[in-house]
Amino acid sequence: MAFLSHLIYGLQLGTIYALVALGYSMVYGIIRLINFAHGDIIMVASFVVWYLIARLNVPVWLSILICVAFTSLLGVAIEKLAYKPLRHSARISLLITAIGISFFLQNAAQLIFGADPVMFENLFPGNLSLGALTVSRVSVIIICVSIVLMIALVLLVNKTRMGRAMRAVSEDESTAALMGINVNTTISFAFALGSALAAVAAILYSCAYTQISPTMGGMLGLKAFVAAVLGGIGSIPGAMLGGILIGICETLTKAYISSSFADAIVFGILIVVLIIRPSGLLGVKTKEKV
Amino acid sequence: MTRMEKRIFKTTWSRYLLNTLATAALITVLMVLVDTKQINKYNQGLLIQIGFNIILAVSLNLSAGFLGQLPLGHAGFMSVGAYTAALFTKGVNLPQSVAFPLGVLVGAFVAFLFGILIGLPALRLKGDYLAIITLGFSEIIRVIIQNLDFTGGAAGLRKIPKYTTVGWTIFWVVVTLFLICTLIKSRHGRAILSIREDEIAAEASGVSTTYYKVTTFALSAAFAGVAGALYAHYMRILDPAYFDFMKSAEILVMVVLGGMGSIIGSVFAATVLTLLPEWLRDLAALPFFTTLPAWVGKVIENRMIIYALILVLVMIFKPSGLFGRYDFSLGKELDRVFRGIRRLLGLDKRSGKPSKGGEN
Repeated sequence: MAFLSHLIYGLQLGTIYALVALGYSMVYGIIRLINFAHGDIIMVASFVVWYLIARLNVPVWLSILICVAFTSLLGVAIEKLAYKPLRHSARISLLITAIGISFFLQNAAQLIFGADPVMFENLFPGNLSLGALTVSRVSVIIICVSIVLMIALVLLVNKTRMGRAMRAVSEDESTAALMGINVNTTISFAFALGSALAAVAAILYSCAYTQISPTMGGMLGLKAFVAAVLGGIGSIPGAMLGGILIGICETLTKAYISSSFADAIVFGILIVVLIIRPSGLLGVKTKEKV
Repeated sequence: MTRMEKRIFKTTWSRYLLNTLATAALITVLMVLVDTKQINKYNQGLLIQIGFNIILAVSLNLSAGFLGQLPLGHAGFMSVGAYTAALFTKGVNLPQSVAFPLGVLVGAFVAFLFGILIGLPALRLKGDYLAIITLGFSEIIRVIIQNLDFTGGAAGLRKIPKYTTVGWTIFWVVVTLFLICTLIKSRHGRAILSIREDEIAAEASGVSTTYYKVTTFALSAAFAGVAGALYAHYMRILDPAYFDFMKSAEILVMVVLGGMGSIIGSVFAATVLTLLPEWLRDLAALPFFTTLPAWVGKVIENRMIIYALILVLVMIFKPSGLFGRYDFSLGKELDRVFRGIRRLLGLDKRSGKPSKGGEN
């Protein structure tokens, strides 16, 4: 029974990772950038929703809406200001810029909210009992919301016009432009979508772990990135699978092996995957041409 | 070369002689200033920090700028060197003048071994993936150090003897610069540069790319280890949390600002960025800024925000950094000055600009 509840906690953490990993994967798929700032976008979203609820006493549903909208705008703004001018320069410059943005968000938050962690009130308190098993309500909500969002995302990418445009741009940007697809809008849309998912992940994460700090995005983002790589970066089902696997691995390591080595094991997984199968579990192999 | 130019510092030995003299003069001036207390304790500390930041930036530049492989785990190698050297000098019972240089060498050697160990699997990957895998390795190193007993665990390693002086720092900076500059100018250096320009073409031309990539990466790690050793014997306390991704990125800022592939750029950027917090503090204390709302001063004093802005702005407006791939050569500059003087005096009959040969 203990194993089952660990598994549920793993699933809870894993679906959050999956939501974040989707943001990484979409952005990487479309402009081949590891968006280092993605983790810090989560942090900003957590602080925004905390500020709205705890300081300004905005109703919860409105705060969540404002938070998602604000975070999407932030994602698009970062893309327009920092990444767009560099879209056709060396990929390494883009990566360094992303690191710079990540630094900036982290330190700006530290300046505004202080370096100490802030308590976040769980919006969904209480427990549910499923037979002999007791799970917290927030776990159930996290898992359900994440699964619904992932299904919605798959439908959006596969069935809508915008989704088709996104797939086309990630396949071949210049050909997509020749076919009449507005590449700029499509890329911005991918950023907005990724950031919106990150905002939801941030709210769910803050409810489950009830503590937010300006540096929370770093580790969370890196692990979600590991999840995206494990599943195959650029692949949406891969990001989900990777996220859930990493979440369960981490929780089980903490429960049965050692809590301090959990991070090392997550990065160990990353290294093993990158060496054995760099394209990830569900990724597509790319060939190098001379 | 279209025509012969009159050059005084043409031969290799004359340039070595010139550079040795210039370095010796610089060291003498600095040491005299330190000995006569012209430079106070605080500024000596700054000099030492500039020193190990120069070593860090130049060594990262070796793999990021010259080899063209961007690692994001330089702080990991620095921590390996720092811990090894500190444990060595704490463990052995030798006089300071023997224990310290030996400790630094041992630290560098162990960092070198880690470089090979990590480089072999990591360098099979390229670009973003290489950056991520080195980041992963450095996080693993940090977590392991945090959980070992003999490294002091998360509480840190304490009571390290304070051996790092201005003299020793300058010595190691000079050694690092000398070795890396001569390496880049050598046959092996050209092999390294060829890998940066086009790995497939380099391999086709008979350059053993794996050998050069791993060795260069490990050398870069070894020098990071030297910097770590100096840091350990300067701070006297090692906190594993210090060697995190932030630290690696901080070193990266120096390399990027100076220009990837420019040694003088790294030296310049390391110096400026070490002094920057001091300048910013003075700036925020100016009467003009104290009249502004308090947050303006806070923003200015926040080193990391300024670093972040520098990183993004440099990338957008001058992706090659301040110096690009330019490198400074004392012999060449002096020759240029002498040529100018000769022309002014009318000794040089030939006119026209001096030809600029094979600079990249």
